Amino acid sequence: MNIVVCLKQIPDLQQIRIKDRKPLVEGAPLIFGDMDKSALEEAVRIKEKVEGTKVTALAMGKAKLKDGIKEALAIGADEALLLIDPLFAGSDTMGKARALAKAIEKIDEYDLILCGEGSTDNYSGQVGPRLAEILDLPQITYVRELEVEGGKIKAVRNMEESFEVMETDLPALVTVADEINQPRLASLRDILKAGRKPVQEWTAADLGLSEDEVGAKGSTMEMVSNLAPEQDRKQVVFEGDLDEVSENLINALTQEGVLGR
Amino acid sequence: MAEILVFSEKDDLAFELVSKGKEFGAALNMEVTAALLGEGAAARADEYFAYGADRVYVAEHSALVDFHAETFAKALYQIAQQNDAQVLLLTSTKRGKELAPRVAQKLGAGCVTDGTAVEMQDGNLLVSRYALGGNTVVSEFIKTPHKVIAVMPKTFELGAKEARQGETATADLDLKKPRTRIVERREKAGEAVNLEEAEVLVCIGRGLEKKEDLKIIEDLAKALGAEIGCTKTLCSDYQWLSEDRLVGLSGKKTSPRLVISIGISGQIQYTVGILGARITVAINKDDQAPIFALSDYGIVGDLYEVVPGLIEQLQSESRT
Repeated sequence: MNIVVCLKQIPDLQQIRIKDRKPLVEGAPLIFGDMDKSALEEAVRIKEKVEGTKVTALAMGKAKLKDGIKEALAIGADEALLLIDPLFAGSDTMGKARALAKAIEKIDEYDLILCGEGSTDNYSGQVGPRLAEILDLPQITYVRELEVEGGKIKAVRNMEESFEVMETDLPALVTVADEINQPRLASLRDILKAGRKPVQEWTAADLGLSEDEVGAKGSTMEMVSNLAPEQDRKQVVFEGDLDEVSENLINALTQEGVLGR
Repeated sequence: MAEILVFSEKDDLAFELVSKGKEFGAALNMEVTAALLGEGAAARADEYFAYGADRVYVAEHSALVDFHAETFAKALYQIAQQNDAQVLLLTSTKRGKELAPRVAQKLGAGCVTDGTAVEMQDGNLLVSRYALGGNTVVSEFIKTPHKVIAVMPKTFELGAKEARQGETATADLDLKKPRTRIVERREKAGEAVNLEEAEVLVCIGRGLEKKEDLKIIEDLAKALGAEIGCTKTLCSDYQWLSEDRLVGLSGKKTSPRLVISIGISGQIQYTVGILGARITVAINKDDQAPIFALSDYGIVGDLYEVVPGLIEQLQSESRT
């Protein structure tokens, strides 16, 4: 079977600095989101169980993606398909879903599409369902356990009130929760080997997409502001003797009037 | 007349949308309507009118017995098209959040999920949500003629119920049997907790070494009259606590008068959940932990020493 895993490079959130409430994203290294990594790991685990499975890593991004994708290949994707074009810059979820859908249609042979349930940065969870809609596929989201059997999948979804066990026939699109697995780390040997795996690059033109269908021009959204929420905390830190710090804290909280029932 | 179409799989959340939708409807010159899908839908119409819906569309189609995102998206799309629904107002529950982008794609619409605020600005709806892992709040307009907005539960206040009448229309839908099938629902082990309403919260993170050690956290919570919350690692990965206790971006946004974060470094995914707290306290052995910058008071120290010390002090104070 053929599995396509959609991956998104995001800035390492630990490395983002806030200045005057504005995020400084530029210097932050690009990584794959946690749930995207879980999606890839799950695809590789299926490949290890189901003979004849091919895993394609599909990602959209800037030129840096060519380096970043090696991690996905080292973890076990058989080949990579990169959508790189300045025209893609500023794409919203619709533009991204559109480009991914075109690429998947071009791959033609696919049984299962795996995505993270959301990206670790914006977590809007939109690309998976939009992609399923464009490709006219059934979707199963928030998946924490996944079984592939014959032409079917059975998935356990983590919903608010219960775990819902859902099945559907392939082809289908599944989004995974990060608790589905613990993604492996690539070994040095795998990283070296990954350099030999096929990587293909497609532009917007290769996908038959015009500039008003993707990128900033094709975006359905108009951002007005993007600022850190205001934080104004006292930041009093007690250090030293245990009894003393406990007493200091309790006194402070009593004065604030937040203790007592 | 154009419409704001409300839908939530949970009626009580839909009522919040209807209440606020009336305000937007007045500003945008749109009616407020609601889609009621599934078995027994017609019987629920009156309450929607009481909260202010002008009209409800009822569909009791056999394909709508259980929630399947693909089918529900189709149903909402058809209702929106058969009428003149330009704004779809949904809840960003897990089901709402997988439904919103799917119906938006059908409508060729821009969409915001996990909305935390919606306001009128320049005659358009300005929607806010957390971005960059909770580091920032982004506010944006949707540019497409159709707009799909899914907001977090409790974003809007529930309005007052009034004796009002509305129109019930039967939606004639063309739906197929869902391609996904629900095989089973497994109950989650968990007790009823309501962190959103807690006055005092004790939150625990990865600093806790083993499940048995929750005892000292429970003891502290008891001494403070607090509820216990936790980070994603503890409930989703370790499953030491139920997900009802998850505080943060993918969990509860709380607003207690006091929150004590213990053994939590202060990743934004967590801290988003305590932004609304009046006083924040951190206990962490790493004096460089980001949580201290987000705290009114902090103790640098090993939680296994600090917490028992605090419990002892609190108990001795209550005795005197």
